[in-house]
Amino acid sequence: MSTNNDLKYTKKEFTSSEEIKWCPGCGDYAIFSAIQSAMTKIGKKREDIVCVSGIGCSSRLPYYLNTYGYHTIHGRAAAVASGIKTANPELSVWVMTGDGDSLSIGGNHFIHVLRRNVDMNIVLFNNQIYGLTKGQYSPTSVQGQVTKSSPYGSLDRPFSPAKLAFGASATFIARTLDTNTAHMQEVMLEAEEHRGTSFIEVYQNCVIFNDGCHSDYTDKKSRNDHSIMLKQGEAMIFGSELKKGIIFDKMRLKVVELGDKYSEKDCLVHDRENEGLASLLVAMDANPTMPKLYGVIYAVKDVIYNEQVSAQLAEVKALKGEGDFNKLLNSGEVWEVKV
Amino acid sequence: MSTLTEVESVVIRFSGDSGDGIQLTGTQFSSTSAMMGNDITTFPNYPAEIRAPKGTVAGVSGFQINFGSREIFTPGDEADMLVAFNPAALKVNLKDLKKGGTILLNEDAFSDSKITKAGYEQNPLHSGELDGYQLIPVPMDSQTAAALKEIDLDNKSKKRCKNFYALGMTYFFYHREMQTTLNWIEHKFSDKPELLKANQTAMKAGAHFAETLETIVSTYKVSKVHAKPGKYRQINGNASTAWGFIRASQAANLPLFLGSYPITPASDILHELSKYKEFGVKTFQAEDEIAAICASIGAGLAGSLAITTSSGPGIALKGEAMGLAVSYEMPLVIVNVQRGGPSTGLPTKTEQSDLFQALYGRSGDSPLIIVAASRPNDCFHMAYEASRLALEHMTPVMLLTDGYVANGTEPWKIPNVDIEYANIKHKMLNPENVDKENWSWIKRDPDTLVRDWAIPGMEGLEHRIGGLEKDYETGNVSYDPENHQKMCEARQKKVEKAANNIPLQELEGDESGDLLVISWGGTYGSVEMAVRTLQKEGKKISLIHLRYINPMPKNIASIIKNFKKVIVPELNMGQMVHIINAKFACDALSYTKVKGLPFKISELKEVFENTLEEA
Repeated sequence: MSTNNDLKYTKKEFTSSEEIKWCPGCGDYAIFSAIQSAMTKIGKKREDIVCVSGIGCSSRLPYYLNTYGYHTIHGRAAAVASGIKTANPELSVWVMTGDGDSLSIGGNHFIHVLRRNVDMNIVLFNNQIYGLTKGQYSPTSVQGQVTKSSPYGSLDRPFSPAKLAFGASATFIARTLDTNTAHMQEVMLEAEEHRGTSFIEVYQNCVIFNDGCHSDYTDKKSRNDHSIMLKQGEAMIFGSELKKGIIFDKMRLKVVELGDKYSEKDCLVHDRENEGLASLLVAMDANPTMPKLYGVIYAVKDVIYNEQVSAQLAEVKALKGEGDFNKLLNSGEVWEVKV
Repeated sequence: MSTLTEVESVVIRFSGDSGDGIQLTGTQFSSTSAMMGNDITTFPNYPAEIRAPKGTVAGVSGFQINFGSREIFTPGDEADMLVAFNPAALKVNLKDLKKGGTILLNEDAFSDSKITKAGYEQNPLHSGELDGYQLIPVPMDSQTAAALKEIDLDNKSKKRCKNFYALGMTYFFYHREMQTTLNWIEHKFSDKPELLKANQTAMKAGAHFAETLETIVSTYKVSKVHAKPGKYRQINGNASTAWGFIRASQAANLPLFLGSYPITPASDILHELSKYKEFGVKTFQAEDEIAAICASIGAGLAGSLAITTSSGPGIALKGEAMGLAVSYEMPLVIVNVQRGGPSTGLPTKTEQSDLFQALYGRSGDSPLIIVAASRPNDCFHMAYEASRLALEHMTPVMLLTDGYVANGTEPWKIPNVDIEYANIKHKMLNPENVDKENWSWIKRDPDTLVRDWAIPGMEGLEHRIGGLEKDYETGNVSYDPENHQKMCEARQKKVEKAANNIPLQELEGDESGDLLVISWGGTYGSVEMAVRTLQKEGKKISLIHLRYINPMPKNIASIIKNFKKVIVPELNMGQMVHIINAKFACDALSYTKVKGLPFKISELKEVFENTLEEA
């Protein structure tokens, strides 16, 4: 890996010449800004960074970021990125995607890139709506949501992206929010550090078609009462006065008030490497009575696809020697026709 | 008394249940024949189901080989000998046996139940329907069992050696040397000494038994072919395709990347390429057809010679991504090993019905280069050519082969690759030689309209490419009407200009005449033989066989104008004829067939004769 901590880039050096065309007030601006800041800190040369996207508002981001960028087709960014990383493992590969792009039309590539654990960072902008096609319900829209294609309320049960990622054997699952630039940046740096596929869900507000869909747990005023900032080795307590906590009771997670009956000591302590705990944590966002989790929910080491590909090539070369085409042509049964 | 007959060529078809080892038996026969200096062509014909119900006509697997002392172009129209391991095999294949041909059959398999299962109302051995053929009924199961009496194996395993028993018999009939196959068995079963012994013993026993039949069977001798001097090997179409790509990657000095999803009849290219990691080949078995091409696009963007392989239905799934590669103006090779369609169609049968899909199967005006291989050993050349054109013209290229060419095997004069396949001049930049201030990724060479290839990792050449329309000068997103017109024209002209970088069309026969046959792709063998036969009879018929489909060689129009009539034979409902008439307005006639089978020489000869006779 060509990591170099002496590289000094300004945020502006990650701005391309393309005119930005997101709606005023869109959460994508904040995410873009956090990504640009993160890029100045990851210690990679600008030319070694590749940003790949599918289709949708989120997927316009590579046009605006001054790195190598590929805006591909709907849902396929993870597949294109897998090819890029497998072909050249030296690159830092980032995928920008949305809830429609990766969980609907690109669902297959999403689960398989996680299964293979190709070393890349996937940033999924979850605004629970199709924005670019002008407001249809998405696979993360809440049941009953009234949209252009569901005037009487949507009937679909929504996906929980983190739970889906966990089920697909993800090795890094994190969540962040478009109203907290510092946190987004922190999570992105952790994602880049992680070797394997890093999956980041960003709660993103669509100001036009789904305004306020995440506001309870993303607005500064209300979010402390509805979310937990996970920290490795720290108890899961939350609330504006830190008076609430999560305990494990009868095989379930439960929110309790801290005071006479429960104290911080009774609360669960976050361990991002604990698979059993992760299985409970990733299911929390589907439960409206539970707070949302921010930070790195799960992070474990496992074999990495692109590294295995390179290793296998090296192994076979060591065993057989560098390929000799003339030798291949003359292998097996060969006969000579004489004049 | 035995009769030893010298013949020019012989066609044998082996046939039985798909579990009987038919493909293996046929392959051994053809390897031995090639090693003995015969020219050969083979045609495996097997069901789509891996193990269809035993003993039924649905489960019949066949392998036909044509070998001879003259140049062999097709697996042969009709068989001289049919080897049938059961009644179903006899029922399916009898119609393709020459009148008076020889039937070697496994008498033990003709029990009442098996006869009924094959759909016979009465035993064909006694019903008289085989009168007029030379019948050699041999109790192969029991003979094999008897020969293997001393060997310590279960009965089931012994019974499975009967294909080698039958093979031994055919080796005797056709004077094949057994050593190549005996060596093969030795190698194959080196860690299973009992099976090794059993198969070798069965084979020798078959040959000895055939010798005792000498009084009643004519035996044939096929002389060596008078081929051009040089070193030869056997190769099948899919392996030949795979090797062409490996060589192209060496000639371009770029790593080879294949993204693929298993599909009949293209999977063997994936199997073959996944073997050659010592050549730096990366193979990515994707989660679906779309991921396969998209991963290849990714690898191509990162600087690999990127290819993806599939067949018709998979190609349909790749359509959108091919459009992306057209829009990116990037090198990518897409292989379509065509099979019978539409939809799942006839997975194991051959057809040429994806020409329109290749030309038009994408959204928008989305031109790409199309080439087609004419025979198994031509797949090497055309895979190399597809790669060369993709890399030199920065465009996706589709290589069309088909099930017949892909599975067929023939001898191949080993090329001198260091001279003939040595240098592909791709468009990848050396960043040190670039005026970075004034560089734009979309800047085109004014003559060829081809852009440069800058890849991630190159300092100062960072750029963004997308599927949205791009500004002709800057490459940034553009919705400008004039610009879109200009970009569509540029993409179209860029592909047309590749005609300057392909060979002129070869004409086989006189430059003028009564009938010009225009064929393309995998039908070359039968068309060539039919035309050549008529030429020998003095008919004024010539042939152009197309391998460069889009763009076409520049001299086609000037060839066509010297002929009174044009006919286009093809294995679809009439696709190339449509293109020929649209391009050259020559009122070309059409002869088509969609039966999942290749053309027969005799069939084409008759069609061409009739066309010549009609005023």
